[in-house]
Amino acid sequence: MSRLADKKSFAFPKHLLGIRGMAAADIAAVLDVAEGYVERNRATDKKHAILRGQTQINLFFENSTRTRTSFELAGKRLGMDVINMSVATSSLSKGETLIDTAMTLNAMRPDCIVVRHPQSGAVQLLAENVHCAVINGGDGSHEHPTQALLDALTIRRHKGTLKGLTVAICGDILNSRVARSNILLLKTMGATVRLIAPPQLLPAQPQTLGCELFYNMKEGIAGCDIIMMLRLQTERMVGPLVPSIREYFHFYGLDRQKLSLAKPDALVMHPGPINRGVEIGSDVADDIERSAILDQVEMGVAIRQAILEILLKKDA
Amino acid sequence: MSVFTKPRWNLLPDHKVAYTNARLIDPESGLDVVGGLLTSGNLIADLGAGIFNAGIPEGATVIDCSGHVLCPGLLDIQVHFREPGQEHKETIETGSKSAAAGGVTTVACMPNTKPVIDDISVLAFIHKRARETGYVNVRTYACISKGMQGKELTEMGLLVEEGAVGFTDDGLPVMDSQVMRQALTYSKMLGVPVAQHAEDLNLSCGGCMNEGAVSTKLGLKGIPNASESVIVARDILLAELTGGQYHVLHISTAEAVDLVRKAKARGLKVTAEAAPHHFTLTDEAVEEHRTYSKMNPPLRAEKDRAAIVEGLCDGTIDAIATDHAPHDEDSKRVPMDIAAFGIVGLETMLPIALTSLYHSKRMSLRDVLAAMTYKPADIIHVNAGRLKKGAPADMTLIDLNRDWTITPQAFQSKSKNSPYVDTTAKGRAIRTVVGGETVFLLEA
Repeated sequence: MSRLADKKSFAFPKHLLGIRGMAAADIAAVLDVAEGYVERNRATDKKHAILRGQTQINLFFENSTRTRTSFELAGKRLGMDVINMSVATSSLSKGETLIDTAMTLNAMRPDCIVVRHPQSGAVQLLAENVHCAVINGGDGSHEHPTQALLDALTIRRHKGTLKGLTVAICGDILNSRVARSNILLLKTMGATVRLIAPPQLLPAQPQTLGCELFYNMKEGIAGCDIIMMLRLQTERMVGPLVPSIREYFHFYGLDRQKLSLAKPDALVMHPGPINRGVEIGSDVADDIERSAILDQVEMGVAIRQAILEILLKKDA
Repeated sequence: MSVFTKPRWNLLPDHKVAYTNARLIDPESGLDVVGGLLTSGNLIADLGAGIFNAGIPEGATVIDCSGHVLCPGLLDIQVHFREPGQEHKETIETGSKSAAAGGVTTVACMPNTKPVIDDISVLAFIHKRARETGYVNVRTYACISKGMQGKELTEMGLLVEEGAVGFTDDGLPVMDSQVMRQALTYSKMLGVPVAQHAEDLNLSCGGCMNEGAVSTKLGLKGIPNASESVIVARDILLAELTGGQYHVLHISTAEAVDLVRKAKARGLKVTAEAAPHHFTLTDEAVEEHRTYSKMNPPLRAEKDRAAIVEGLCDGTIDAIATDHAPHDEDSKRVPMDIAAFGIVGLETMLPIALTSLYHSKRMSLRDVLAAMTYKPADIIHVNAGRLKKGAPADMTLIDLNRDWTITPQAFQSKSKNSPYVDTTAKGRAIRTVVGGETVFLLEA
């Protein structure tokens, strides 16, 4: 852990709000720290109480299975006291503003607040009104930095490196914070990023993202090392933007036939939750030779431990 | 008497036909020579001034064109064949027979059948019926929105794979700008046009004819020019935003023509078509012909008619299309307010266009034919409308000087609703060739 001695070199000395601003060395250092936790989490005794006595509040304004659970496990395995707050039980449902909620929680002197919020920029607004560390657990369609980091760890463990890889991100780029964080991270780490989506699921000026664009999935997937599928929010998208699930799967669902166009050892990833038969076929999702979807979940705990350690560990 | 034969669609290359002594006109290339043309199977094998100098190929059937114009088969990219759902008005069989009689070898059907064409199963049905019963190439648009409700997009990708040439909600134009934006965005990827019957339904508000002096006099509810032009203006802005291909169906107003002209000058992918009745008739015709001159968009004022002609002359309007809309008598022999919109047009398109545009010396023959051949073909991206080696052997033989008094009762169409009754026209298709076979022959 000596490489963490120079902690001030990190782009997020206090908070982790996004991948934007992180240098390749910062990202690599996070991944290195997380590697140690991967092994530790596979042991019977998973506790490593370096953050004993500190308090973590998980403040989730949106539903979550993976992110909230893994942040909770990460905190507890590091010895923290972890509180989970959801909107339904908070004063926000009584009309309190986000800033008032932030200042109220801040007064209880937590060491860290993990925030997920449906509006882009809300996590930064909250961070500006508290004294503790804030970790972005996903804000609107903006960023989801711990997802990008856990994806990077998954890729690095499978492929050895990120540099030089061709990564296809496919699906609802328009609304995806996972895509935005991953694009920033992958490009910083020297990977080539392709975006595959119908034009109505791309943001207004996709060329400004610095990626290769493909409307045709078969062309976009050809020769790729990594295929990251994104969840189609069927409850919001089918109808106004996507004619039908049948049509979406026909053109943009990852099935055996399309997967065969990628490199023979191409890895299939998905941030979850997956919609079987919408953006990914069940046989592909469940193929342990090709699918890293559950590896991503495992790496999620280790990455979040690494982030907590880097942000909160007091120098000895 | 006329002779009709259905094409077999699968001629072998050794089925050769030699068209001799023809005035060959290919509007795209500008070819205009006296010569011959040879078809092999369903393709054009060769054409030119001296191709039969060494003799007619052995086994070829010879057709002497007697110096008449042999041009690419005409297209009419807006027709209603009423099948499925209203077979008492027209069927694919009778509609395509009407097309053949008018020299039209490829049509594009509108999707307002019953049920509407918003699903690949309906599209597949139409293609099957066209193959089994059709006289000419029958292509079709599909709906922009499910059920033509203007809310949710159809399965545009699957429909294009099934052969849809474009999308339109026809008489129920898309009023929701966001739906129109998404349609243009998605269809851009698919490489097909979004075609709009441009009408603000709130402005037209139940009108049954053009809003103007004649509607004032007759006490009929009018449809203002603005009901068309506001939608054309909006859609052009959306085409610019999305980069999509936008096509104005049956343009009828001077204002809309001007909007299209300016959009083209800005380099946008915007095209327009006009119907013969909109460049030959005005709302004055409503007094005489009543419901047989009721269509949507309505016949407009003289300044609009003149603007349509001007648009055709300067290329602002790319194509002539008829909006062939068959209706039985019972739909028309009712008060103006409740009569069905639409007139038949396939059998009068060429004679009316030649008479009013070419014989009147407003346009060259090449330009008039261009608006019914390669230009409409390019709007819907079909392989048609050209006389060249390897192109489909779809041709029309035209007697430019054949005088004809239009008699709707003699139309091949099941419906006879035409305002051109007893109109005299000059120029007519005398032979129509589809897939290398003569499907219509007008005997003197």
